[in-house]
Amino acid sequence: MRYLPLTPADRAEMLGVIGAATIDDLFVDVPDAARKADLFDLPLHAGEMEVERALSALAARNRPAGAGPFFCGAGAYKHHVPATVDHIIQRSEFLTSYTPYQPEIAQGTLQVLFEFQTQVAALTGLEVANASMYDGSTACAEAVMMAQRVTRRKKAVLSGGLHPHYAAVTQTIAHAEGMDITRQAVAIDAEADVLSAIDAETACVVVQTPNVFGVVTDVSKIAQAAHAAGALLIVVTTEAVSYGLLKSPGEMGADIAVGEGQSIGVGLNYGGPYIGLFAAREKFVRQMPGRLCGETVDAEGARGFVLTLSTREQHIRREKATSNICTNSGLCALAFTIHMTLLGERGLRELAALNHSRARELREVLAAVPGVEILSPRFFNEFAIRVPGKAADVVEALLADGVVAGVPFSRLDPKAGMDDVLLVAATETTTRDDIAAFAKALKGRTA
Amino acid sequence: MAMSNIGRPTQPQAAGTSSAHTSLTGARGLLQDEALIFEMDGWDKTGVDFELPDEDASDLGDLVRTAPIGLPGLSEPEAMRHFVRLSQKNHAIDLALYPLGSCTMKHNPRLNEKMARLAGFGDLHPMAPQSTTQGALELMDRLAHWLKTLTGMPAVALSPKAGAHGELCGLLAIKAAHEAKGQGHRRTVLVPTSAHGTNPATAAFVGYDVTEIAQTADGRVDLADLEAKLSPEVAAIMVTNPNTCGLFERDIIEIARLTHAAGAYFYCDGANFNAIVGRVRPGDLGVDAMHINLHKTFSTPHGGGGPGAGPVVLSEALAPYAPTPWVVSAGEGFKLVEEAEDEAADTFGRMVAFHGQMGMFVRAYAYMLSHGTDGLRQVAEDAVLNANYIKAKLSPVMTPAFPDGPCMHEALFDDSWLEGTGVTTLDFAKAMIDEGFHPMTMYFPLVVHGAMLIEPTETESKQELDRFCHALTLLAQAAKAGDVERFTGAPYLAPMRRLDETQAARKPRLTWRPEPTAVSPAPMAAE
Repeated sequence: MRYLPLTPADRAEMLGVIGAATIDDLFVDVPDAARKADLFDLPLHAGEMEVERALSALAARNRPAGAGPFFCGAGAYKHHVPATVDHIIQRSEFLTSYTPYQPEIAQGTLQVLFEFQTQVAALTGLEVANASMYDGSTACAEAVMMAQRVTRRKKAVLSGGLHPHYAAVTQTIAHAEGMDITRQAVAIDAEADVLSAIDAETACVVVQTPNVFGVVTDVSKIAQAAHAAGALLIVVTTEAVSYGLLKSPGEMGADIAVGEGQSIGVGLNYGGPYIGLFAAREKFVRQMPGRLCGETVDAEGARGFVLTLSTREQHIRREKATSNICTNSGLCALAFTIHMTLLGERGLRELAALNHSRARELREVLAAVPGVEILSPRFFNEFAIRVPGKAADVVEALLADGVVAGVPFSRLDPKAGMDDVLLVAATETTTRDDIAAFAKALKGRTA
Repeated sequence: MAMSNIGRPTQPQAAGTSSAHTSLTGARGLLQDEALIFEMDGWDKTGVDFELPDEDASDLGDLVRTAPIGLPGLSEPEAMRHFVRLSQKNHAIDLALYPLGSCTMKHNPRLNEKMARLAGFGDLHPMAPQSTTQGALELMDRLAHWLKTLTGMPAVALSPKAGAHGELCGLLAIKAAHEAKGQGHRRTVLVPTSAHGTNPATAAFVGYDVTEIAQTADGRVDLADLEAKLSPEVAAIMVTNPNTCGLFERDIIEIARLTHAAGAYFYCDGANFNAIVGRVRPGDLGVDAMHINLHKTFSTPHGGGGPGAGPVVLSEALAPYAPTPWVVSAGEGFKLVEEAEDEAADTFGRMVAFHGQMGMFVRAYAYMLSHGTDGLRQVAEDAVLNANYIKAKLSPVMTPAFPDGPCMHEALFDDSWLEGTGVTTLDFAKAMIDEGFHPMTMYFPLVVHGAMLIEPTETESKQELDRFCHALTLLAQAAKAGDVERFTGAPYLAPMRRLDETQAARKPRLTWRPEPTAVSPAPMAAE
């Protein structure tokens, strides 16, 4: 077995050193009833070639996003990732190291995390950011629970434009902790509906911009209303590239900003691993979940970085921890940081402008297709359209033309009564030919 | 290829007496000092080229950001150097044995990386039509089959994103099951003192009160104490097996029986599954829920702190409450059950957007296929053999916490052998760095004084184990011989000397800020 270095002679010699006659002697504490003498009903070991053949056969039965015109978004976006990113994250020293508990031999990871935190804080317009969460949806749930700790209130108000998966995850986790979750009716352009639900019991208001329908909202007034009631404003963003064009959550008054960072450096991966971005105002830092990297000095006064404020965390604080999170999304944070460093402010702004421009072109072309109605009045790189019939049927029909048309909203929330709503996204990877192919196929199928 | 003989061949001069040589620039040979990206004056640089849009038009008006973001950029060669230089300051499993107990730092096969990057997996959108993702769904189904077979459990929830997220999944299923039976009043979760911190943190996260169970002198759950604390108020127990002392819970079947008799559920922390995979099925032990860290037992890379994946196997009693989504076979193919209706009517809900850590599923499945059922059994055997070998080799110089009987996949020592030396567990661990090894897990589990928990894993050769034991033996002898400074000042030879964690926490600096800092970007040189 190619991954197991011990030889039969090694094993015999080592048993001798231990003073055991057989390997079974080392398993004496296992109750007889639980010992399995026989192999399980599963295949035997296989060589690299056989494994590669088996996995490649499975991969070949999937249609990658890059195989043709592709317009799915809804919280995961197809972006170009520079080759440098994937090269660096496969370096042994990054790929095969553990959480940096021994800072003297983990400065590589720690400095990257410090750079990552600074980038996320800058993008969200807030003062501090953590070293990542699992993904945007779990970051959203954690933000709601953090608001409960800060305000000592139990009610969370979610906007109807919040990604339905994010609402569901928040409901599952925050409800278990005893919070009362109020979700406003699903609506394409009504983040401000949350205003009516804010009261003296409200711990936080959760709004998303761009929201799940792609609609961009200035949440400043919601921030004012939340603050006037003593509540926090949590702003969710599922498309991190939008930070390059739009006003930041912090600028609009957010107390906590959470986001999905998948667009920067990570790739689609059929939904994971992704990376949760989590930033907050500095005064709340001791209530934040997750790992934080901070600056310090070593015994000779040289600057270095360590994990810090760990008295918030489970391995120190146990049942009094701010969260149970341990492993986060470290390598994805590295990928994010490398990609963001390659972009820089100039590159990110260009990338965002390009995404916005492509989406506007897509809108112009789709608006001209008879029977199609554009539903999102202001958007970044994604918008909702109304199609004749069921959106899911339209998507299936267009597959025959080689076009993956987008995400039917009914896939995310079948009970919203929006079966004819299709979410379509364009990014820098979308070409004019892709857009033309989409419009042509749509005309053909809806005529 | 022959080396050129032209020029002067190098030959070391007679060694000087000074070992404290310093460079003129503050550099330390090829180990480069490296500033933060924010200190490189790259405010207008970029390492990407885009074809800019024809028009700069936007109808977003004052929704558009006008103020600078504050993000520096680097050209590609600069970025490559920056991150490669940083990488060289990390220790890694590819460099040497990485004996972090409870973390299972085993070799990460690169075939698995290659497979996860196949376009059919890596470039697959989670909401793409399911007719275009059948291979991915089949892989999830196959992975689920392997996990269920290896654990002897009837169901598995794949979506939890890490071990602690898996614990959350298990406790939410338990909570839902109690509520369905009118037992929602059960408020307590029993956790042994030796448990991972995530166990009590998770229980509290779900709103349970945590009560600790005592441990016996031989490092196992105290059955009498467990029996005394089991009551109609107890919702679940959370027990790690093999436990965090590296020992198999001999009374595990009785623990399960007592728990079930009290109407509670048995959550098993599966962090240490590597010790028993292929040899013992948790389902045969009476477990109701157990998470499996794919980044431990199934070798998906730790990546400097994630991503992980924490699928949870569930008993018949808990399976109906599993989180959505899950994969079912449907006619010729597969489909995702995504909504809380029909067959998923009792689900406790959704834990993540989309379907979980697919990239980790691909790697873990490739690992399983590579090993097969025979190879996985050998994994457990070699992991346990290696740990016992270390325990045997180091027992003459260090004190094993539980000297009697074999350990499982990790060897636990206490610090009684350091008594009177002036060296602490922390000092000893830091001195290991100077000898080229990552420290073991220290001061955990909490039940052993000055704990040193060593987990070698099965992917270490006998030669590397001997090298490791030799280094620790020399260190132990040095500590006992009074060579205290070797320890209290350690590390001396790492990229940095010992870092001040107290200062970091007192006045946290968590982001770079443009104002001048009290501490200048430091020279690397040792003084």
